[in-house]
Formats: sequence, structure tokens, C-alpha cells
Amino acid sequence: MDWEYFFELLLGGLTRGSIYALIALGYTMVYGIIQLINFAHGEIYMIGAFTGLIVISVLSLLGLNHIAIICIAAMVAVIYSTAYGYTVEKIAYKPLRNAPRLSALISAIGMSLFLYNYVLLAQTSDFLPFPNLIPEFEFMEPYSHIFSSNELVIIAVTAIVMISLTFLIKFTKIGKAMRATAQDKEMAMLVGVDVNRVISATFIIGSATAALGGILIASHIGQINYFIGFIAGIKAFVAAVLGGIGSIPGAVLGSLVLGWTESFATGYISSDYEDVFAFIFLVLILIFRPAGILGRTDTEKV
Amino acid sequence: MKKNVGTHLIALMAGMLFVFGVCGVGIAADPIKIGVAGPHSGDLASYGIPTTKAAELVVADVNAKGGILGRKIELLIEDDVCKPEIATNTATKLLSAKVDVVVGHICSGATKAALGIYKDSKIICISPSATNPGLTQSGDYPNFYRTIASDDAQAQLDVDFALNTLKLKKIAVIHDKGDYGKGFAEFVKKFLEESGKAEVVLYEGITPGAMDYSAIVQKVKRSKAEAVIYGGYHPEASKIVTQMRKKKMKTVFISDDGVKDDTFIKVAGEFAEGVYASGPKDTSANPLSIAAEKAHKEKYKSDPGAFYINAYSAMLAVVNAIEKAGSTDYEALSKALKTEWVETPIGKIRFDDRGDAIGAGFSVYQVQKGKYVELK
Repeated sequence: MDWEYFFELLLGGLTRGSIYALIALGYTMVYGIIQLINFAHGEIYMIGAFTGLIVISVLSLLGLNHIAIICIAAMVAVIYSTAYGYTVEKIAYKPLRNAPRLSALISAIGMSLFLYNYVLLAQTSDFLPFPNLIPEFEFMEPYSHIFSSNELVIIAVTAIVMISLTFLIKFTKIGKAMRATAQDKEMAMLVGVDVNRVISATFIIGSATAALGGILIASHIGQINYFIGFIAGIKAFVAAVLGGIGSIPGAVLGSLVLGWTESFATGYISSDYEDVFAFIFLVLILIFRPAGILGRTDTEKV
Repeated sequence: MKKNVGTHLIALMAGMLFVFGVCGVGIAADPIKIGVAGPHSGDLASYGIPTTKAAELVVADVNAKGGILGRKIELLIEDDVCKPEIATNTATKLLSAKVDVVVGHICSGATKAALGIYKDSKIICISPSATNPGLTQSGDYPNFYRTIASDDAQAQLDVDFALNTLKLKKIAVIHDKGDYGKGFAEFVKKFLEESGKAEVVLYEGITPGAMDYSAIVQKVKRSKAEAVIYGGYHPEASKIVTQMRKKKMKTVFISDDGVKDDTFIKVAGEFAEGVYASGPKDTSANPLSIAAEKAHKEKYKSDPGAFYINAYSAMLAVVNAIEKAGSTDYEALSKALKTEWVETPIGKIRFDDRGDAIGAGFSVYQVQKGKYVELK
């Protein structure tokens, strides 16, 4: 057994899984609350990366320090993406809240097509270089051939986001309101929860984590274009389903499992079938646990 | 009715005999007939029409100077719509019109269908665009020549470069599973294995558009390959190169025409330095190529289209061969095409025994200081 190789694949899968997790959170939270699969979510991730790139280009002209630039860019991208997430919900989903679920789903697909075509037309169809602004940490230098500072930052940011999100849901007022809305929207309304506000908050949080994911991965691989949201969105959606859609720990677990499956399948078997293995695994899990790894089967809706 | 058709046929045949008989008598003034076949209508017309224009320009030039061997050139232009089943009719039609040489066809499938017919009648056929490797390599068509490099020429060039110039021993071959990338990679693998000089330590396809390629990069590292030869396009190539360099890997990266694109350098930035990619030879500085394009602009008031330069070169090669051979005899022409060098817009060329142009085709480029530089 080649342990170094094993750890490299493990860490590679962990990095990939972390990015999936940042996106999958948005899918799973929105689904948990309004049972909608927000297909435009991948585009929010892409818009986050684009906004980040624009801000970085402008700030680089001013000659700021790299860490300052990436922090400001991340903040602006998060604010910008949350604005998009919020607006998309208000325009495309809110008017359809009482319509059949299929209508909202079609509306979501339409929003996704609209957003990426909008970026395609307003920005460019080209691949754009994304500067690598995450510094090479000195203490990481001996390990840099196995594990780069970039990957460390991605995993650390994801961990921090997950912990604060758990805290938010468990211990704050808005978190309690979210859980209440997820359980029973009408009942929550009756006891005085402002459901509209809760739904908006859900979209805002989901968009913010997706934007962070967008910036981190773009900085890691060094390029973006208008179409990155589609594939990342599909994969994250798969991860959310794998973990049990509607469950936050499930989304994280599902993402990591997906990331590892892809990484190990490529490493030990063949990269020709990377996606095939990922989906075979999905099918197997859904056969034995139809609601996903941590999902609960909802008996009321039979 | 049946009887009627029969009589007409007999009349027609008699008529044809008479016409050919007359032609046979007047040798001195007889023009040299060059057939030009390709798609001139339909979806792929834009591939075929530039060839007819190139032929017309060359012929106008030659005839203005009094023709070759004292004979004028006459063009017979026939449409094959790029379809093999129509190309056989096109070929028969050209044969019955007694062409001496055919320039065309354009599409590989149509060319292959027509070639058998020309072969039986000992007519030489020069294509400006049919790139299917088998047309020359199978040895089935000794009457076939082309002024474009075949699909595997790039793979051959990259393999030669890796083995003989860089002297590499362990090579990983990666492709994007697409027609172009995988086709290239398959040839690379085949040539590497046949050479016996290097070992293919890894042969794999990747998923285009995936979020990152860290797993395949680790695999390359583990395979201890000295170089990666990649078949595909620049978006994936730039991701792979970037990730390899970030992992402090110094593995040589060699790729194809799909990567020889300035976007690759723009996106991969500093990591692109030192990457090799093959691409068509740079002909923009060749005076003949400049003159050919200028002639097209003057006569047709537009920029030339696909394969124009290759067709122009094919015509020049034919004219040169007829001149040197002193006749349009099959054996003499074949010999002239294979031995006589000719200056054309794609460079100074002659044909090898299989019919591929020597001196035309691809070069290896390397990224040096943010630019692709042709390696001589």
C-alpha cells in the first residue's frame, strides 16, 4: 500500500468534496424549507466567482496586499451573490409558492438558463485566468508537493462555514424559525414566524456559501468561464441527494463521499469512468437508503 | 417504350464514339483536362468552393503564360456534395470526359469512394483536404496524393519530438475522450509502442469540464512519467498544467493543435511556460502564400476560405509535375510528383511513396516568455 498516494487522493477528494459541500448546502436548505430544487443555484456560484474576479482585477490596480484583496473580493462576491439569490427567489419562486411544485421547478431551470446566458452576453464566452491570491504558507512548504496551501484554505473555510452554520441553526432565533418553517410552514406562520423572511434568509445563506465556494475553487484551479456553474451545480445536487436532501449534515457528508468516490475511482481504477463510478455509487446508496445517507423518509407525503 | 430507350442509347453511344474520335485526331491543340471535384452545393459547399477558386486562379495564370507543354489547361468542375454515393458518379463523369488529373475530392469519405474508380483508370488524384490516415497508409491507392497532413501526422510529430529531441523514456498519454483528442491520443500510444523506445506508463481519458483534475495529476506523478502527451483542447490542458505545476511537478507537457491557442497561455499564465504544442506550420510569411491570398482578394473581393492554400499548392504541384514529366502519362506523372520539389504556398514540397506531402504539415511550438515560438 502506497500511503503517500492514498493520502494525496484522500486530500484531493476532501478538497473537491468541500467545494461540493459549500454549494450543496444551498440546495439542501432551500429544499428543506420550500421543497424546491433550486436549479439556478449553480449559477449563483458562478456569479460569485465572476464578481470575485472583477473585484480582484480592480483592486490589483490599486496595489493592495494579496490577503486584503482576496478578503475584500470574497466579501463583495458574497454580498453580490446573496443579492442575486434573494432577487431570484422574489422574482421566480415567490409568485409560484402555491402553484404545483413542477411549475417552480421549471421556473428554476429557466432562471438558470437566464443567468448563465446573461453572464455569457454581459461578460464573455472565453475562459478567463483567475489569479492565485492565496499565499503559500511557509509552514506548509515541506508538504507542498502533497497538499497545497490553497487546499488547506478550502478545507479550513468549509469547516468554519459548517460549524458556524450549525451554530446558527441550532442556537439563534432565525435558526429556530428556519427549523419551524421546515417542519410545517402553515403552523409556523400561525405562531408568528415571518415565513417570507425565513425563506429569504435561507436563499441568502445558501448563496453566500456558494459564492465562497466559487472564489475558492477559481483561485485553486486558476480559471473560470460562464459555464462552470452547470457542472458544479449538478454534482452538488447529486451530493445533496446522496446525503439526504433537506438535511444539512447530510449534504456535507454526501459531498465528501462524492468527492472521495471520484478521487479514489480515478486514482485506483480509471479516470475514464470517474462520473460513472460516482453515479453507480449514488444508485447503490439510493437503493438501500432511498432517502439518502442521513435523510428521513417522509411518510406523511405518500 | 423499351425499344425506344434502346435506340436512343445506341444513338448516344454512337455519338460519343464520334466525339471522342474527333478529339483523338486533333492532338496538338488538345487542352490538358484537370478535374476539380468536391462539394459545391449543400451544407459543406464552403469546404469545396475555395478549391475551385484556387484552381481557376492557377489555371488563369498558367494559360496566360501560354499553358504547359504548349497546351492550355481546361478545368472540369464536378460537384460531389461530400457524399460517397454521389462521389462515384462524379468520378465516372470525370472519367468519361477524359480528365488527365483530378484535384479533389474534399471529404475523406467521398475521396475514398471515388479513388477506386480513378485507380482502375490510372488517373492521379490530389486532395487538398482529405485527412483520413488510411487513404495513404493502407497502400490501397497508389494514385492518391494530398497537400494536407493526415490526422496522425501530428501524433507522429509529437512522438518523434518526445523520443528523439527530448529523449524521454516514460510517457503518460491523457485525452479528453472526444473524437479529436482521443483520436490523437490513440495514434500517440500506437506510435510510442511501435517505436519501442519509450514506455506508455499511463493511458487515460478525463472528463472535460470537471471541477479539478487533482486525482489524475496525482496519478501521473505516481506513474513517474517524464512527460504527459495530452490530446484535447486548451481549457482542460490549462487546468492540468496549472495543477501539476502547483504540485511542484516538472513533468514535460506536450499537446496538439487544440492547445496551440493563445487562450491557453492567457489562462495558464506563468504555468504555461515551457509547454510544447504542435500546430500547422506557419505559412503567413511565405511569399507564395501571400501572393495567392492577394490574387483571391483581387478577383473575388473576399478572403479565401477553407483549404484554399492547400488547393493552390495541389494545383501548383500538378502543373509542375506535368511540366517535368513532359506528358500526362500516369507513370511519368507519379515519378515527377515523388521526385520533383516544388515551391508552393504551404512550403517547398514533394510527395513520399505513400502520397503524403513532405515538407508540409505541422511544427512543434513551445511557450517561451508568454508566446508560442516555432521550434525549427
